[in-house]
Amino acid sequence: MQKALLIDPDKCTGCLQCEMACSFEHEGRFNPSRSRIRVFTFHHEGCFVPYACTQCADAWCLQACPVEAIVDDRTLGVKRVVDERCVGCKVCTIACPFGTINYSQASGKVIKCDLCGGDPACARACPTTAIRYTDADQTGYEKMRRWAARSITAAEATA
Amino acid sequence: MAWTGKILRVNLSEGTLVAEELNREWADQYLGQRGLATKYLVEEIAPDCDPLGPDNKLILATGPLTGTMASTGGRYSVVTKGPLTGCVACSNSGGFMGNELKNAGWDMIIVEGRSPEPVYLYIENEHAELLPADEIWGTSVWRTDEWLHNRHQDPLLRIAAVGRPAEKGCLYAAIINDLHRAAGRSGVGAVMASKNLKAVAVRGTLGVGNLKDPKRFIEAVDAAKRVLANNAVTGQGLPTYGTQVLMNVINELGALPTDNAREVQFDGAHDISGEAMHEPRPNDGKPNLVRNAGCFGCTIACGRISTIDKGHFTVSHKPEYWGASGGLEYEAAWALGADTGVDDLDALTYANFLCNEDGMDPISLGATIAAAMELTACGALAPERTGGIEFRFGSAEALVKGAEWVARGEGFGLDLALGSKRLCEKYGHPELSMTVKGQEFPAYDPRGIQGMGLTYATSNRGACHLRSYTVASEVLGIPEKTDPLTTDGKPALVKAFQDATAAVDSSGLCVFTTFAWTLEDIAPQIDAACEGDWDVDKLLTVGERIWNMERDFNLRAGIGGDEDRLPERLIKEAAKTGPAKGLVNGLDKMLPEYYELRGWSADGVPRAETRARLGLS
Amino acid sequence: MQHLIVGAGPAGVHAAETLRRLDPDAGILLLSGEAEPPYSRMAIPYLLSRHIDEAGTWLRPSPEHFQRHRIDVRHGLVERIDSTHNRIHLNDGSRLDYDRLLLATGASPRQPPVAGVELPGVLPCWTLEQARAIARRLQPDLPVVLMGAGFIACILLEALLRRGARVTIVEREPHMVPRMMNPTAASMLKRWVEAKGARVLTGHAVELIEPNGDGLRVCLDHGEPLEARLVIPAAGVSPNIGFLRDSGIGLDQGIVVDRHLRTNIDNIFAAGDVAQGPDFSSGGFQVQAIQPTAVEHGRIAATNMTRDGALCHAGSLNMNVLDTLGLISTSFGNWRGAPDGEQVELLDEAGWRYLNLQFDGDHLTGASSLGHSDHIGVARGLIQGRVALGEWKTRLLREPTRLMEAWLARSLAAAPSG
Repeated sequence: MQKALLIDPDKCTGCLQCEMACSFEHEGRFNPSRSRIRVFTFHHEGCFVPYACTQCADAWCLQACPVEAIVDDRTLGVKRVVDERCVGCKVCTIACPFGTINYSQASGKVIKCDLCGGDPACARACPTTAIRYTDADQTGYEKMRRWAARSITAAEATA
Repeated sequence: MAWTGKILRVNLSEGTLVAEELNREWADQYLGQRGLATKYLVEEIAPDCDPLGPDNKLILATGPLTGTMASTGGRYSVVTKGPLTGCVACSNSGGFMGNELKNAGWDMIIVEGRSPEPVYLYIENEHAELLPADEIWGTSVWRTDEWLHNRHQDPLLRIAAVGRPAEKGCLYAAIINDLHRAAGRSGVGAVMASKNLKAVAVRGTLGVGNLKDPKRFIEAVDAAKRVLANNAVTGQGLPTYGTQVLMNVINELGALPTDNAREVQFDGAHDISGEAMHEPRPNDGKPNLVRNAGCFGCTIACGRISTIDKGHFTVSHKPEYWGASGGLEYEAAWALGADTGVDDLDALTYANFLCNEDGMDPISLGATIAAAMELTACGALAPERTGGIEFRFGSAEALVKGAEWVARGEGFGLDLALGSKRLCEKYGHPELSMTVKGQEFPAYDPRGIQGMGLTYATSNRGACHLRSYTVASEVLGIPEKTDPLTTDGKPALVKAFQDATAAVDSSGLCVFTTFAWTLEDIAPQIDAACEGDWDVDKLLTVGERIWNMERDFNLRAGIGGDEDRLPERLIKEAAKTGPAKGLVNGLDKMLPEYYELRGWSADGVPRAETRARLGLS
Repeated sequence: MQHLIVGAGPAGVHAAETLRRLDPDAGILLLSGEAEPPYSRMAIPYLLSRHIDEAGTWLRPSPEHFQRHRIDVRHGLVERIDSTHNRIHLNDGSRLDYDRLLLATGASPRQPPVAGVELPGVLPCWTLEQARAIARRLQPDLPVVLMGAGFIACILLEALLRRGARVTIVEREPHMVPRMMNPTAASMLKRWVEAKGARVLTGHAVELIEPNGDGLRVCLDHGEPLEARLVIPAAGVSPNIGFLRDSGIGLDQGIVVDRHLRTNIDNIFAAGDVAQGPDFSSGGFQVQAIQPTAVEHGRIAATNMTRDGALCHAGSLNMNVLDTLGLISTSFGNWRGAPDGEQVELLDEAGWRYLNLQFDGDHLTGASSLGHSDHIGVARGLIQGRVALGEWKTRLLREPTRLMEAWLARSLAAAPSG
């Protein structure tokens, strides 16, 4: 069974421990601006929504990459950026309709969630279990991503 | 390391912005944030300068753990000479500002002089500039926040700003960051506005690193987080009820100052308590509390996110207040509620929103309105002086109008903006002001919690609970239970809390961690992050050094031992009800012992050998 | 079943891979017009700037990739198509038979109608071979004239300046990149480019290029002529349809296709820059000539080649991202806006940021930006997902940068709970 990040916004307090953990894991510094997971604040609604790449089956980023710098790691179910291949053209950043692959000016390449190779630092750091790493088929997040993906792929509706 | 090693010095008179190296020697002696910024302040300003004049300086300072994964490590402090007290003022805030400043590569910003025109300070990593604030001057913090986000097209810009009361000279104006976190006390917002500085907007993308031993740091931080999670107060009480977990507890203890401290228990306490914030409202069936929220890096998450009943008289015609925002914490609920005798949770929440929207300290605001109510009760203030509204205890209308007038700088609001001390003096009853050194005391009656009397009397920034929160010991039994009704042992307790707190306030961590953490939990985190050897003893010495430095500044500013006093009421009028019935505060028994323990003379001046021991000149 | 794909760009390669996935037994022949491994033109600027080597431009880095997938990659140029006999004739006289044919022949730089463009110092930068030629010439202080200030010109600037060239851009239109940004954004871009050290002459047309000693002289319709050692025409591209003139295949701006990407001839399909495919925003058909559309085309066409009419394409969203010397610009969908639509715009001249959102009723229909890159793809999600914005439209009109929040709020809110 593949695992995925299960995100429960109801439990999120907006503390950004996940963003620090993510950036520390990938960059060796506490730098939320370089985190692959982001917590969005809905001030008026009083809610916080952590959000990262859903490793979607459509893999818009992977498909759009002109030099195969994004690969599908099937054992983990992860779409991973191969830094040595990425030229920084940013086409994936506009192709991903979820806005979860971003260009990093510092490295000149794109960055996205890679599930930390199977032990996501964000889930470990979350103090409220708002982010868990668990079986993929039971995640509400999964449902959301399918719905969101469907709303886009309606453009390619099967006849 | 952990420090970035860089200070931004902004001279508003000259319009210059200069990067300086951090004084590492001082960092080793004063750690960061409160301690280190105060060191810079006392070295750089004349103690007798006008707090609202160009010679005062305003320092925004992070601690070495700010911006790290240490739980609660997002704090910053604003240090200046305070206009309410004339003392050194240090207001600590959470939210996301401190972290951002650190991520932009700065330990500290020192703001000097006074800009000829309203400006705001924009910082994007190493780039810093002063930009015109004409379009936001005269607007609220919330409006300023939205304008700046749009102006710079950056939803992640972190903003600290002052509102209209600060511009109009309200002496307890706060600096608000992230819409509802506040450097709240002592009028630091008034100082910022006096410099024609409307806001500081920061975006940092450099990251925080350079830890001495990253692996050990992560281990220490993880261990300390487990302590917070497993502690009843930080793991359950605070996330569930916030600091409002205290309302019913303190009321039952007979230590809830009510009606401007005429009483020590409030009939309406439950109605404004943390528990009540969870209860469905009759009108819309929704609870006041939407959820709890954390500041940057905080694994406690005591913050309240609340709504007001849309049908409530305060907002029924103001949809702009129908959304969620920062809700009541205990001090605000007490000041705006028990102290004014108002038990209307929606009215309190609305007044609290106004405090956030426009930058006012809710403790001072509530306590000043309470004083106006007592002035009214004794006939010194007639409704024609108070905008046609009778400031009677229990009047939600008076509370709300008072808050609105101060927010807008209108009418009687200009009197209320003076704070309790000056208001009571103006209307001929100085004895009705519940203040120490000009600052309103907070939500613990020193008749019912004796140690808090000494805490208020000796606090270096005027009456304050956060300088030595003996409530932890006297009420909650942390680290060990002491009897709240006796003065025995309290001077030592107060000194120990004062020194430890000064160290915590200088680290980048939140003092609320100390419900669960001792310095034994904190020292390993600092030691793994910072150059040098940081053990408990060193932290206590740093804390004591900071305390004495602050005291020294106040002495040089002309505020000495004769100001280490409490309002007459607390030492002459006995508590009428509750466990403390018949008691007054025994400050006179505690103060001499405290001075002795501190190594101060009988009139409260640090002795030469004390200075020498702490390395103070 | 024999599939023949003409053109080894992204559309052709994705089509070939899709065909292999859907039809393990089919014969697949991928005909490349250049004697190179299939590569990406998008990567050429990074080759010129020496960020990557030639292998870094390859669409598939593994040399065995096509062999492993039993995709027969050959080099050859098509002379004509004989659709009656399901056969193509190559210019070397050979012939290839097909059951299904996919035309993915891409586009080429438009030849400016200017005397002198045939001179040796005038070199487009479109193919690897041309890039090699330009790379050989580049040297510090080399005076270079870029004819056109469009997408390609902008993306080449980085490489040219990095290699020390002195660049002048000549653009006939009054502003830069007219196909992806409005005058407000374009004037900011022009200031940026000038601040970075290139000269930009908008509203100028090249009238003549003539030899001048060892170099060239570029004469303009007004103003001083420009001295150059290298002139790079970069005034847009046109679909490669010349060889189809007498094929009986319907042509307009590009190859005319239906929503299955099928041409007027039943077993001939078209994809990528050459195809006038369905456009999401207008509901009509247009040549988009962008990478994501080429990929979509390749997949959809291939699917329909093996599973007759299985996929009906509702339209590709026209979108672009451009990095001009570090200033990132994007455009999505109907970024120009509809005549009776609503729009909101934020402009920060000093901070090099611009954001423009276009709405039609309850929906976001277009967006363009400068200086924004975080989460920008969500503009596509909102537009192409036809996300009903509800109260978030008002929020976006007030705070346009909250696109991501709008997406999360509206997509989560509308997600079925079952």
